[in-house]
Amino acid sequence: MSGTFVGMPVFPTAAREALGNAQLRHNLAHATGTIRGKRSRLVEEVTDSITGDSGWEDLRLAGAGVKEAALLGLERELLRLEETLTANGATVHWAQDAAEANRIVTGIARRHGVDEVVKVKSMVTQEIGLNEALAAEGIAAWETDLAELIVQLGDDLPSHILVPAIHRNRAEVREIFLRAMKEVGRPAPEDLTDEPAVLAAAAREHLREKFLRAKVGVSGANFAVAETGTLVVVESEGNGRMCLTLPEVLVSVVGIEKVVSQWEDLDPLLRLLPRSSTGERMNPYTSTWSGVTPGDGPQEVHVVLLDNGRTNALADRTGRQALRCIRCSACLNVCPVYERTGGHAYGSVYPGPIGAILNPLLKGIGTDEQVDSLPYASSLCGACFEACPVRIDIPSVLVDQRAQVVDARRGHGVKSLGSGHAAEAIAFKGAAVALSDARKLGFGERFTRVGLGAARRLGSLPVLSKWAGARDLPPAPPESFRSWWERTDGGRSEGEGR
Amino acid sequence: MRVALMVTCINDALYPGTGQAVVRLLRRLGVKVDFPAAQTCCAQPMVNTGYLDEAVPVVRTFVDAFSGYDAIVTPSGSCAGSARHQHGLVARRSGDPGLERAVAEVSPRVYELSEFLVDVLGVTDVGAYFPHTVTYHPTCHSLRMLGVGDRPRLLLESVRGLTLLDLPGADQCCGFGGTFAVKNADTSVAMGTDKVRHVQETGAEVLVAGDNSCLTHIGGLMSRQRAGVRTVHLAEILASTEGAVLGVPTTAGARR
Repeated sequence: MSGTFVGMPVFPTAAREALGNAQLRHNLAHATGTIRGKRSRLVEEVTDSITGDSGWEDLRLAGAGVKEAALLGLERELLRLEETLTANGATVHWAQDAAEANRIVTGIARRHGVDEVVKVKSMVTQEIGLNEALAAEGIAAWETDLAELIVQLGDDLPSHILVPAIHRNRAEVREIFLRAMKEVGRPAPEDLTDEPAVLAAAAREHLREKFLRAKVGVSGANFAVAETGTLVVVESEGNGRMCLTLPEVLVSVVGIEKVVSQWEDLDPLLRLLPRSSTGERMNPYTSTWSGVTPGDGPQEVHVVLLDNGRTNALADRTGRQALRCIRCSACLNVCPVYERTGGHAYGSVYPGPIGAILNPLLKGIGTDEQVDSLPYASSLCGACFEACPVRIDIPSVLVDQRAQVVDARRGHGVKSLGSGHAAEAIAFKGAAVALSDARKLGFGERFTRVGLGAARRLGSLPVLSKWAGARDLPPAPPESFRSWWERTDGGRSEGEGR
Repeated sequence: MRVALMVTCINDALYPGTGQAVVRLLRRLGVKVDFPAAQTCCAQPMVNTGYLDEAVPVVRTFVDAFSGYDAIVTPSGSCAGSARHQHGLVARRSGDPGLERAVAEVSPRVYELSEFLVDVLGVTDVGAYFPHTVTYHPTCHSLRMLGVGDRPRLLLESVRGLTLLDLPGADQCCGFGGTFAVKNADTSVAMGTDKVRHVQETGAEVLVAGDNSCLTHIGGLMSRQRAGVRTVHLAEILASTEGAVLGVPTTAGARR
């Protein structure tokens, strides 16, 4: 039912379209502003129990530490996880890529003869396009998270990691419910208003029917504990817990970077995640499941451990830290670029600053213009790094990936590049020559006045028109600092030297 | 103490007044300041756009020009951040251990102006006079990469005649971001337009910041929009004394 990001234009093109949507910008500014405020209040209240000083930085270090340790010993931890899960009665599958994971999940659903599954909100199943793969086999996948339901019923794409329908306001949600619910199950009541409680009640009635009927549930996991063979899902609504406990069969698709070594590792992570994501001290529902418990919950549990580009990311010295991400979306909510363009412009289920680095890491650099445009979709302001609960230095990764993009283009030879890339490469090579030698730079600066004057008249040149479309150029100074310094002996001949 | 002025390529070519202000200010505070003529640029435009190979000779020029100084002072949080946090990366890329050593020697001695005044000279009152209402935009690299904190505020609060007004959403990026301003021009302008709105909400006559590149972007928008607010670099306010008229009036570029 939901659309697809395939064929999305490069970021600047998609962003331009989004910027023209005033309603979208209003919805986003309001929503991210609200979450930012809640988050910062709850971050400030984390204090060190002994000194009374802020304890947030220590908590961040602890969270980054447990994730980093697990990544360093990833092979060992994953084998241990497989062992403990198997001992707990779960069946463990390994999937190299999206196609393999989708084959495994659809295979399980087909074996049970079902034509529908209920789903816990999950980024990884969106990453692999599981709903579309199931649909191709005639199996309907019902999203049960409220925001995900809005996206699915609206035949829309998610635009935020935590709040996939953040771009929609409640009037739009009412329209979607009235139009779409009746086509796939229990219709919305005809007197539906746009009150949040009324909308939630309609969703509750619509979903209940599906929870009680579905034989197979599908989930992801926020964390996987190797020591105990336990998967963890953190959520706000309880719909996830319904999917995890009611169906007879449960299939959990888990990215291999979700593993942590031991139960205690959950301590910092479960304190960091809700504060950073929803601006809550604790999320309302934390569900954990460890294989099969006879007579209680799903009696057949499958766990699909998914790579899909993660080992490539792990091999990237600078970028590997992105695998620490706990999908809290704090970086989206503080990002000035995301706030104005929304999530669709990133062309992926992972939008915002983390998406700008995660997509190139998972998909590779140098083969797709859209992916290569993402590391440039940032002003490098650093707000994302400041907000990240596991200290992913997103600006440094962005800069490193920009270098990878440029290096990949170098290999292609200037002739085969798009004219924009070739012109840029020539400009930077020229700048490197001028900026390596002060005499050449000084010579060039004599033409600053001429250059700025010409720039004003020739504003139609592509680079200049991009600047001068909305911004004036500064007035040209009579001389450069360098020539002033030489002419006046550092100002001394002007009576400034004391 | 041997002190060098790193004027930055933008200031050199477009805002010589900022460099002159640093010279005037430091001399007033009793600091003898050199201008190593071999200097060019901090290489940030190349590094941040991904042209690391092209950045190598520029970083080499930088360390050659500034080696031997106790302090290298620059009126740019962004360029100071580039020297302190990116030159090591470029040097490692070059595979030249000599360059790595030179960078390790030079880059920790680079100070943004407010850091140098407050941390090295230990002054917050620099004896300036600027009788205007001012609002301060903490540029992202000063704020987050360098962590200059409240140093610029302390300096501005000690300027006689100056009224400092709080800027709403001060810590939000103005949208300049180097080549971001051109590669993602529409988003850059949208961010800058919100910054201009916040500046106007303060009612200040002057917008001050520690980076002329951000001021070029915000000022360019204010000029086009006839916002009636001047942009002035922090150094020029701190250097100013009675009678000085400063800043880029926002209609300058519009007279074409």
